[in-house]
Amino acid sequence: MSKSILQVEDLGKAYRSYGSEWRRMLSWFGAPVKPIEERWVLRHVNFGIQPGEAVGIVGQNGAGKSTLLKLITGTLRPTEGAMRINGRIAAILELGMGFNAEFTGRRNVYHVAGLMGFSQEEIEKVMPEIESFAEIGAYFDEPVRTYSSGMQVRVTFAVATAWRPEILIVDEALSVGDAYFQHKSFNRIREFQEMGTTLLIVSHDRNSIQTLCDRAILLENGMVIKDSNPEEVFDFYNAILAEKGNLTVKVVKLDDGKAQTISGTGEARVEEIALYNSKGEVAEYVNVGEVIELRIKVKVHRPVETLVLGYGIKDRLGQVMYGTNTWHTGQVIHNPRPGDEYRFVIAFPANLGIGSYSIQTALVDRDTHLTANYEWRDMALVFNVINIDKAQFVGCHWNEPNIKIESLIQ
Amino acid sequence: MFGMLLRAWRYRHFIFSSIKNEFLSRFARSRLGGLWMVIHPLAQVAIFAFILSAVLSSKLPGIDNRYGYALYLTAGMMAWSLFSELVSRSLTVFVDNSNLLKKMMFPRICLPLIVSGSALVNSLLLFVAILAIFALLGHYPGWHILWLPVLIVLNVMLGVGLGLLLGVFNVFIRDVGQVVPIVLQFWFWFTPIVYIPSAISERFKYWLNLNPMTPLVNAYQNILVLGAQPKWLPLTGTAIFAIVSLIFALFFFRKAAPEMADIL
Repeated sequence: MSKSILQVEDLGKAYRSYGSEWRRMLSWFGAPVKPIEERWVLRHVNFGIQPGEAVGIVGQNGAGKSTLLKLITGTLRPTEGAMRINGRIAAILELGMGFNAEFTGRRNVYHVAGLMGFSQEEIEKVMPEIESFAEIGAYFDEPVRTYSSGMQVRVTFAVATAWRPEILIVDEALSVGDAYFQHKSFNRIREFQEMGTTLLIVSHDRNSIQTLCDRAILLENGMVIKDSNPEEVFDFYNAILAEKGNLTVKVVKLDDGKAQTISGTGEARVEEIALYNSKGEVAEYVNVGEVIELRIKVKVHRPVETLVLGYGIKDRLGQVMYGTNTWHTGQVIHNPRPGDEYRFVIAFPANLGIGSYSIQTALVDRDTHLTANYEWRDMALVFNVINIDKAQFVGCHWNEPNIKIESLIQ
Repeated sequence: MFGMLLRAWRYRHFIFSSIKNEFLSRFARSRLGGLWMVIHPLAQVAIFAFILSAVLSSKLPGIDNRYGYALYLTAGMMAWSLFSELVSRSLTVFVDNSNLLKKMMFPRICLPLIVSGSALVNSLLLFVAILAIFALLGHYPGWHILWLPVLIVLNVMLGVGLGLLLGVFNVFIRDVGQVVPIVLQFWFWFTPIVYIPSAISERFKYWLNLNPMTPLVNAYQNILVLGAQPKWLPLTGTAIFAIVSLIFALFFFRKAAPEMADIL
């Protein structure tokens, strides 16, 4: 194992209240003053991050994500525990951080880069590069108050990443801005990563974490409750969100090592789930474009007013390819009785790219899983799409074209 | 303590550019721009010189210039304005920059240094304006003016020492920020700037001598107006007070810095 770039050991942060600020000040001079209240926002946090790793930090509001980032950046000091950092940290925590609205983009870049600790000459050397990366044209020499938020994102990102840091911290900022610049910034992040930069991203956006990160850390009430691959962490996170502390979340390891997460209050459960190919056989491998059937048997255990089945097909990164539910299709089951069983047969063509996919199911009361969550099952089933008889293609969606070629040579 | 200064040295470019930015932002979107930097102090000195002298044309003992009182007042104001700017700006510097302190990692000592730098520039501009107006009024300070840098250093040490201490206090106890401006006003009138010390009854003179600003203001008046040496003995008292308060402030700041972001 190589030397980790960031090592966090038993890290904890408490906000202390002393009743009177005078008592706090006395405590700096070694007076035996005990704080009357300690509010721990982060405690017993342990992890190590290797160079080049990309880690997403996930958690509900108030779980301690930003406190953790502030501790790593150094703006907050830990109350207990230790942290070892090997290298420079650059953080994009806020859009337009440190900018003065009256100044031009160029002057603000000088200022913010100075705040990062770079000298005049160093800044001048990379200024043309920052300008060309931000691509805001003549606006670069206009006051920042005339900028759109997208332009601010561009300048903020360009200056923060003008020098490759050993650790790059990004907080939500990437979700703002236009698609073009998002791609551009993702590319730069990937380049940095290949050169050994470690990436720390805080976001609620499953997509950006799953595309960029190979690991995610889930924080809940100031503690790390899961540290695994992003897909698993997000499944777990969603389960927690849906559940709001009702029941424990169950994780079943499947044969292939992937983890199935089941959560919910249990009024109804998926009893059986299977995938059938066009010949009516249970199949694990299906052909591109083949009409397949997903058969799900559901049993009701306790009376509920409405029962809705939702399902989603996810690729191996956990991105949803397609998903819907019987609320949207207008097939809600009303007042099922305990003991009732239902079979859902969902037929659809496997218009998917080659690869491994998983099915996620949800038994809920309406169109979201936030009001009631009878059962939520990630990785309920795993299947593979293979190409037996179609023309070769790439991508995650099979969209068979009809290509005509006319020769225009006379 | 030494490490703190070393980190500040590494950030010297940032400190200088921030001072520059402060002036630029003050005059951004104004037509005359940087010219205002000179016009403001000029106007201040001109008001003292012309209007006050016309109203209170009393001569001062030891100066044979009919603008004597205006000269005296201006010299005292130069000392006071540097001091009060340092104190009142250091007082709020951490609270004003709370967002930056919470989100960016940089040596915190830069903030009071930027305040000191811009206060110094202001004071130097005022000095230039004073020289110009004095010349216009037919008054030329003697060679004692060469002591001015020493006085300015002393003034900055005193102002930053008290200001930094109060600024850190203000983060934790916000009432400090409300009280200090009032105290500064009292302090101004307890310092012989507008009046001459001999006009004060013996009973209060004792208190006047305890005021560390009295010798400093007096020294400014001596070198700028009266053409005399600063009185070194009382100034030593001020210097000791300034050094002690500065050391205490830096110590206090170092202890408080880790917890500042928690409270802001």
